[in-house]
Amino acid sequence: MSRVLTNIVLASIGGMGIALLGGCEPGPKQSTQVGYRGAGLDQIVDVRHMVKTAAIPPAPYPLPADGGPTAGQTYQNVKVLGGVSAERFNHLMAEINQWVAPPEQGCAYCHNPANMASDEKYTKIVARRMIQMTQTINSQWSPHVQNVGVTCYTCHRGNAVPTNKWAMPGAQNPNSIRGNRYGMNELSADAAYSDLPTTGFGDYLAGAKNIRVNAHTALPVGRMTGASVQTAEKTYGLMMHMSKALGVNCTFCHNTQAFASWSQSRPQRVTAWYGIRMVRDVNNTYISSLASVFPAYRKGPQGDPYKVNCTTCHQGQNKPLGGVSMIDQAPALKGPLVMAAAPAVAPAAAGAVKPLAMNGPQAAIVKK
Amino acid sequence: MPRYQNMFTQVQLRGPLEAGPPLRDATFTRTGKGFYNYLMGTFGNAQIGPVYLGTLGMASLIFAFLSFEIIGLNMWASVNWNPIQFVRQLPWLALEPPGPQWGFKLFVPLAQGGWWQIAGFCMTASLLLWWLRTFRRARALGMGTHVAWAFGAGIFLIITLGFIRPMLMGSWAEAVPFGIFPHLDWTAAFSIRYGNLFYNPFHCLSIAFLYGSTLLFAMHGATILSVGRYGGEREIEQITDRGTASERAALFWRWTMGFNATMESIHRWAWWFAVLTPLTGGIGILLTGTVVDNWYMWAVMHHYAPGYPGTGVIDPATLPGAPK
Repeated sequence: MSRVLTNIVLASIGGMGIALLGGCEPGPKQSTQVGYRGAGLDQIVDVRHMVKTAAIPPAPYPLPADGGPTAGQTYQNVKVLGGVSAERFNHLMAEINQWVAPPEQGCAYCHNPANMASDEKYTKIVARRMIQMTQTINSQWSPHVQNVGVTCYTCHRGNAVPTNKWAMPGAQNPNSIRGNRYGMNELSADAAYSDLPTTGFGDYLAGAKNIRVNAHTALPVGRMTGASVQTAEKTYGLMMHMSKALGVNCTFCHNTQAFASWSQSRPQRVTAWYGIRMVRDVNNTYISSLASVFPAYRKGPQGDPYKVNCTTCHQGQNKPLGGVSMIDQAPALKGPLVMAAAPAVAPAAAGAVKPLAMNGPQAAIVKK
Repeated sequence: MPRYQNMFTQVQLRGPLEAGPPLRDATFTRTGKGFYNYLMGTFGNAQIGPVYLGTLGMASLIFAFLSFEIIGLNMWASVNWNPIQFVRQLPWLALEPPGPQWGFKLFVPLAQGGWWQIAGFCMTASLLLWWLRTFRRARALGMGTHVAWAFGAGIFLIITLGFIRPMLMGSWAEAVPFGIFPHLDWTAAFSIRYGNLFYNPFHCLSIAFLYGSTLLFAMHGATILSVGRYGGEREIEQITDRGTASERAALFWRWTMGFNATMESIHRWAWWFAVLTPLTGGIGILLTGTVVDNWYMWAVMHHYAPGYPGTGVIDPATLPGAPK
């Protein structure tokens, strides 16, 4: 065979090999062991491509001291924050102006400038409900948000409507294959670009379907009593969403030897378990209750308001905003203190290990 | 530039085309007279054809075409017949089996899994007809039917995944979707649903035979190529002579590991390793869900899953006052 042909063939084989490397992510990786050795329990962080913490806006002005007349005494029609001091109430309004309202509209995004007490704008009704929601999250969902808490900025990040949201997908004629993706096999960020089902939001983050698809016994108990493989795929799609939303591997929570086993999981799985229920509470108790308030252009194709999922707050970080707490700048959002459910995390020495790059927003940059 | 002699066939002969023996048990004659092709000759025999398709071959190809078209058109329809999106999203697109609500119903509405059933039937029919063809062609040439049975082992795994196991489970939803990524994600979800397939001993066997096949193939291929300079590819005619390629190849393994396969037995090993890969895999699939519901717990029951120290985490759903 001619030497030229051999060269061409060898060059093209080499070229194809190099082309396959296009799927790789170059750059340093940081690998941290997070569990018992030999079980692949580690977190691999692509340091250069990990989501950097967004800039936290400075307070509009220093937080005034508590005390003095309350907002309820000073202003009309204050239904939720009536007990907060008027000075701090005004401070929170200035913060909301900065965190949520479009700059060109400012206060007028929610208020009628001529009559600030009026409820005529739908955005004010929504804002009031969202303040209640934030208080509930901070006071009753501490197993998920810990002491870091959330503020409007955790989700809104300066946008009137949070960037990451979802609504029920448009109805599809079940008797036609045209344009019918059956809620899966899509090139969609909702399932982290896998082809797994994207129906998990409706099923598990608004509905309360069971995510636990594994059998509890080694041998089948009855005939066809367990979850189908297709149901397992739906939960898998939701897990891919969580993985992408938090920028973590499966082993951030699970030991993949047995995904279902709690005694082998990391405490982070408990945090996530509460997070799923917190999101359900947010979607059902707070957002869906505003269905009649939102105008049509703030709703999805089925007429339900846009709802939250893990990405709404986390945005690629396992701790939203890199774990920076803003709640001390908005104490009115802490809400009435209610004893949360029993502490979920048992003493867990293994849980203390955290990937270096995730301990703080700055750690990754310092690390060579 | 260094050259590797055995990457391509070095010498191609040209002469009268080989017609082969007269056909027996044939439905019609071979098509064409055959021709030479240089490029094909660098990989294998330079003579292409004449081809014998016969009734079975034609029927098999028709069913294969039907199955291919049904799958492709369903995928194309799912992107609203958009040709650009069809190409762009092709690895994601699928033809899904019926959902769990249909059980093992024989005729499901087309858009809800019926097309999957038809495509699966056509694919299976095509495979079985082609299997029969390899059997009958081997018989017609007076050969053994080893190729047919090896092919049959692969068909057994396919039918187990798509028909036998769904039938035993009473649900089409257990079957594999058609599609590039979808069938891979099905595999991952299947393992997760049934508690980690790595603890399925038949899965272990199948992996051992699969990797063993590659090892045997590498050993055999390397041995024959390495004695190519002595004409080692002409195996049988020189096994009784001294100093031949064949004897050197045998000596090489006897010197390296004290034991060598024979020119016949190496092919027997390779055949069994290859055939046992899908056979044991298929048995592992058949047992999953029907006999064992959670392979990890089954391995714990039989004391062969390694126990790692617990993390002290408890299921929050079991705590008093836990949210639903």
